[in-house]
Amino acid sequence: MGGYGDVQLLRDDGLRLDGRKLDESRPVTIEAGILPAADGSAMVTHGLNVAVAAVYGPMEAHPRKIQRQDRAVIDVRYNMAPFSTSDRIRPGFNRRSREISKVTAEALESVVLVERFPRSKIRVEIEILAAEAGTRCAGITAASVALADAGIPMRDMIVGVASGKIEDTVVLDLDKAEDNYGQADLPAGILPNTGEIAFLQMDGDLSPEEFDLAMEYNFKAAKEIHEIMVDALKARYDGGDS
Amino acid sequence: MSQGRSGAEQRLVTPGMAIGPLSGMRVGSGAVTHNGEIIATKLGWVREFNGTISVDPISSPYLPRSGDLVIGTVAEVRNNLWFMDINGSFQGLLPMSLAPWKVEFGQARQHMNVGDSALARVQEVDECHNVVLTMKGIGLRRLSQGAVIEVPVNHLDRIRGDNNNNLDRMKDVSDCRIIVGENGRVWVDGSDDGIAWAREALRIAKEHGHKDNFKSIMEQHEKKLTKKGDA
Repeated sequence: MGGYGDVQLLRDDGLRLDGRKLDESRPVTIEAGILPAADGSAMVTHGLNVAVAAVYGPMEAHPRKIQRQDRAVIDVRYNMAPFSTSDRIRPGFNRRSREISKVTAEALESVVLVERFPRSKIRVEIEILAAEAGTRCAGITAASVALADAGIPMRDMIVGVASGKIEDTVVLDLDKAEDNYGQADLPAGILPNTGEIAFLQMDGDLSPEEFDLAMEYNFKAAKEIHEIMVDALKARYDGGDS
Repeated sequence: MSQGRSGAEQRLVTPGMAIGPLSGMRVGSGAVTHNGEIIATKLGWVREFNGTISVDPISSPYLPRSGDLVIGTVAEVRNNLWFMDINGSFQGLLPMSLAPWKVEFGQARQHMNVGDSALARVQEVDECHNVVLTMKGIGLRRLSQGAVIEVPVNHLDRIRGDNNNNLDRMKDVSDCRIIVGENGRVWVDGSDDGIAWAREALRIAKEHGHKDNFKSIMEQHEKKLTKKGDA
């Protein structure tokens, strides 16, 4: 959220710089089961973002101090590859990846039936291969498809979506320029079937009306992306080649 | 059909998808109720049987149940017990009192060492997923020869076929002894050619066992072994 104010992000014809409408998402493609060694996996491309998620487990939680006697713990590791942006990212955990891992784990814990696997750990690895704003949303969508692919029981899947504000206008799905020079960003994890919200973050300021509109956009996008998620899972298995 | 995909009514559901109203139906595995609706919790095929709606998962981890016949591999040995990897979330515990031999304290390693495979039965699973195994029973033994092949747990039905048809056919053609463990491990013992053929047959059964043309695919595969034998 740079919020410089002097960068033009909306064209004179009312469209955004990349030609999208205000409530138009970047193109999304999803492929399930791309990693044969993992119990479940998925790759999500969201605009220029590429996120790969792998799920292993449930397995015995180690070290034992992290075990919960009544439920499983979800161990999420979000990482951006060094080559994912034009500026090389220093490999390893940093403050940002730690935060995103934590919020993603908490969001997934709210949908996975963790009480079915006491003392276990479900390992979710999210690797961002290419980044262009909105990686946490692409990551959580990929993790959700990978969990379904691994056969982990869930109440619902989570769709990661984001809206924001540029030039005092609420728009859906910020790209890199809009994220850097816009005024607000509102990523959310939405349960498409129940309409519940599994995680919600906000960077910048939105008025109550703007917030409502942004969430309306988020719900609309969640519905669209959920259909792509379902199609990806069906494409992997409905042919009967499972 | 082995996977419950016997008709046009079979449909694939994803987690969170509504299967239908509860309306007097019972809810089986792979589904929960929410606001009077049955919701799928797993990716799989909906199955309705005897008034119970369940989801046959497409991929599923092995969850041990009491009485399961499993093929385990020794992962760790203590003085009086073995920890067996049974392809589940947790290792199974085989105490020396449930071994088929008379084992002196401290001598467990001489009967089975790390890496050895054994045919065992799940004696008990508690609420914390602790698994106790037993090797006391007919046919339960250490597997000192043959090959152990891993297959997805949810494909065991396909491999066995209706009334064990597929499995019996594989045994006949390959002239191998084949034991299918509930934990997704299959033990095959026989000639090298027989084991190689059975390995490929398991792969075919895994991938095509539910299809209408499975029989013809299998017959083609059977010819391969016959030809090789003739030559």
